[in-house]
Amino acid sequence: MKIDHSQPLEYSTQQNQMNILGFWIFLGAEIMLFGTLFASYFTLNNGVGSGPSGSEVFEITPVLLETIILLTSSFTIGLATHAMRINNKKATLAFLAITLLLGLSFLGVEVYEFINYYHEGLTLQTSAFSAMLLLTLGTHGAHVTFGLFWGLFIFLQIKKQGFTVGTTNKSFIFSLYWHFLDVVWIFIFSFIYLKGMM
Amino acid sequence: MEFFERFAIPNASPLIYASMVAIGLTVVAIVIGLTYFKKWGYLWKEWLTTVDHKRIGIMYIISALLMLFRGGVDAVMMRLQTAVPDNSFLDAQHYNEVFTTHGVVMIMFMAMAFIIGMMNFVVPLQIGARDVAFPRLNAISFWLYFTGAMLFNISFVIGGSPDAGWTNYFPLAGTDFSETVGINYYMWALQISGIGTLMTGINFIVTIIKMRAPGMKLMKMPMFTWASLITNAIIVFAFPVLTIALLMGTFDRQFGTHFFASTNGGMDMLWANLFWVWGHPEVYILILPAFGVYSEVISTFSGRNLYGYKSMVASMVLISFMSFLVWVHHFFTMGHGALVNGIFSITTMAIAVPTGIKIFNWLLTMWKGKIRFTVPMLYSVGFIPLFTIGGVTGVMLAIASADYQYHNTMFLVAHFHNVIIPGVVFAMLAGLTYWWPKMFGFMLNERIGKWGFWFLSIGFCLAFFPMYITGLDGQARRMYTYSAETGFGPLNMVSFIGAGLMAIAFILIVYNVYYSFRHSPRNVGQDPWNARSLEWATPNPVPHYNFAVDPVVNSSEAFWDAKKNGHVLFPEKIKKIHMPNNSGLPIILAGFFFIFGFSFVFSIWVGVIIAALGIIGCLAYRSFEKDPGHYISREEILETEKKLGGASNEN
Repeated sequence: MKIDHSQPLEYSTQQNQMNILGFWIFLGAEIMLFGTLFASYFTLNNGVGSGPSGSEVFEITPVLLETIILLTSSFTIGLATHAMRINNKKATLAFLAITLLLGLSFLGVEVYEFINYYHEGLTLQTSAFSAMLLLTLGTHGAHVTFGLFWGLFIFLQIKKQGFTVGTTNKSFIFSLYWHFLDVVWIFIFSFIYLKGMM
Repeated sequence: MEFFERFAIPNASPLIYASMVAIGLTVVAIVIGLTYFKKWGYLWKEWLTTVDHKRIGIMYIISALLMLFRGGVDAVMMRLQTAVPDNSFLDAQHYNEVFTTHGVVMIMFMAMAFIIGMMNFVVPLQIGARDVAFPRLNAISFWLYFTGAMLFNISFVIGGSPDAGWTNYFPLAGTDFSETVGINYYMWALQISGIGTLMTGINFIVTIIKMRAPGMKLMKMPMFTWASLITNAIIVFAFPVLTIALLMGTFDRQFGTHFFASTNGGMDMLWANLFWVWGHPEVYILILPAFGVYSEVISTFSGRNLYGYKSMVASMVLISFMSFLVWVHHFFTMGHGALVNGIFSITTMAIAVPTGIKIFNWLLTMWKGKIRFTVPMLYSVGFIPLFTIGGVTGVMLAIASADYQYHNTMFLVAHFHNVIIPGVVFAMLAGLTYWWPKMFGFMLNERIGKWGFWFLSIGFCLAFFPMYITGLDGQARRMYTYSAETGFGPLNMVSFIGAGLMAIAFILIVYNVYYSFRHSPRNVGQDPWNARSLEWATPNPVPHYNFAVDPVVNSSEAFWDAKKNGHVLFPEKIKKIHMPNNSGLPIILAGFFFIFGFSFVFSIWVGVIIAALGIIGCLAYRSFEKDPGHYISREEILETEKKLGGASNEN
């Protein structure tokens, strides 16, 4: 395995470079995935049937809270990557832990939000709109949940092994994933919630 | 007992019971055979856990051939049922199930597997790589495809087959009209194999971008590699749409949502749109690798370099963009305005232009060439006129106003078989024959191969050309029978005879494998076809590390340069080679996916949860696993190369 020391550690072998490129392409596929969800949402968002519409159930407080939490976590994962680049293991682990805790609290607020919807009579079976809303939010939420486990595994590996060709590569790719989830949320926030509240 | 009742077949017939017995006996025979010949260890170590792109490619191709026979039996049953008016061989429900499984099996599990298998085997060799970028992921892709295929195939003996056509339109595919679990099988089989296909797409894009031999610029790649690169780009952007559509379909059927319902705000046309936003690019996912194979074969057997290399690449890139802009032409009649139909009519016709460029390029490659009519070349030469007829009828179908006449008739069935069979199937048979010595170290018999070609071509013409006529006369597709007064009888009988000839052709092709295995000479040398591109610079069959020394190339026909122009392909000395380790994880992961899919189909939530935990466990294991790979020593390489007479044995 040839290590190129002129590159940051996560880019230092050919396999590492391929892993990162492969993940970017995967994110391209993810854009199509969420793109399809958004397109379907815009097609069905007036199909409320006899159930409530978006403007009747959306509440700004939990949504704002989720947005602030997730944007902050995107910032902290960026700090984690920065700490990794300057070879500060302690700071990397700390920022990674903060990121995961923020992700967990995001999920907590989202679960609260879903329970709220349920009490207001908006469930999967209510209407095409409700199902589409919950499917889009749920797919994003499932991604965050997956990311929590993934991030935890990487946390444990960095803690045990320190910065290696493998662990730096993994945590860099994880940071790409986490930023991507944030970008998706910005679209959800703008085009589902804000547009829905108007 | 109540638990087991759900697995019963809703529309049982003697045919299905016979298949059940046949499946059971085959499984028992395989298990006994493997145990008796003590092959379990060999199978596990050499094949089931392999991450070698060549072996994965061969496993894809074997699976594709098996699926070809499954889908082929369905096809012959349909032709038999419609051979005479008012036939009662199959009833309406059974006929629905047969045409549904025929379509899904042939597209998803035969054609896709065949082209991905071919890519797996050929692409790393053509670019001078030792394997794909992510060998382990490649094995996972294969096993997920295989899981999906098996899940789909057991549907007809456990719980019932899907019956809403391969396009699976809602509301027909909803629980109101399709009450059995058949369509749940459709959703999960496609979902699981689709995940595998998406990963293949990512894997091959990275492989082709990052792992080419020194000197192989993008515009110096062999044409099949170009075709594969573009195909995989389409896969990455098309398959996520299917993922979501299938997920929504699953929710509608199993969780009572209203995405595709006509009540509570749902919209059934959303399924048709999503399906074809994936489905039309899918058509080009199938045909572009076929174009790649024809480019290789025609250039080799005409003894000339490919005419119009740049325009070949440009036309494929153009096709890949346009493939995303034509999907509405699949349902012109379903209530869009004239403007929408007009736009999609024009984009559809425009896509014929780059395709036409390619046809002329092939013709000009052959122009003044020294053509050798081998089996691969026969398929390629047969492809050009037959595919052109399919293309022209495609342009006829693209005329939105005229489509009101053709829509959902046998004319359409004739059209798409006319592009898929001479396009994809001929290409895969040509490619298989062409690269066979690379895979196994001996040639397929030319004489039997030519008989196969003629049976297949004549059978194809007899089977599908009559459908153009009955279609224009108004015979609807997917009708299980018709009355004698319609006058469709004689032409349908001709179709049935054609289907029979095609069946004979496929039997001949498989017999050819057996015959050649027994009788063909084993020392075919390195270059049995007098070929041109880099994959022929390895010994036959290819050693598992592919190239003993990294090749250096300076054109798309590196091997031809080495033969004729004194180009030095292997300037370096043999060094130890790093290779990835085999792993049992992919097949175990796929096993959990099978349990997951099967349990989900029958809404057995305990099974779903256990399998999901298993899947997560496999992923976690992979995350923590350390897999540094292994080295093959210089001595071992020298010995292998000496035995095989490899190109670099002088080093």
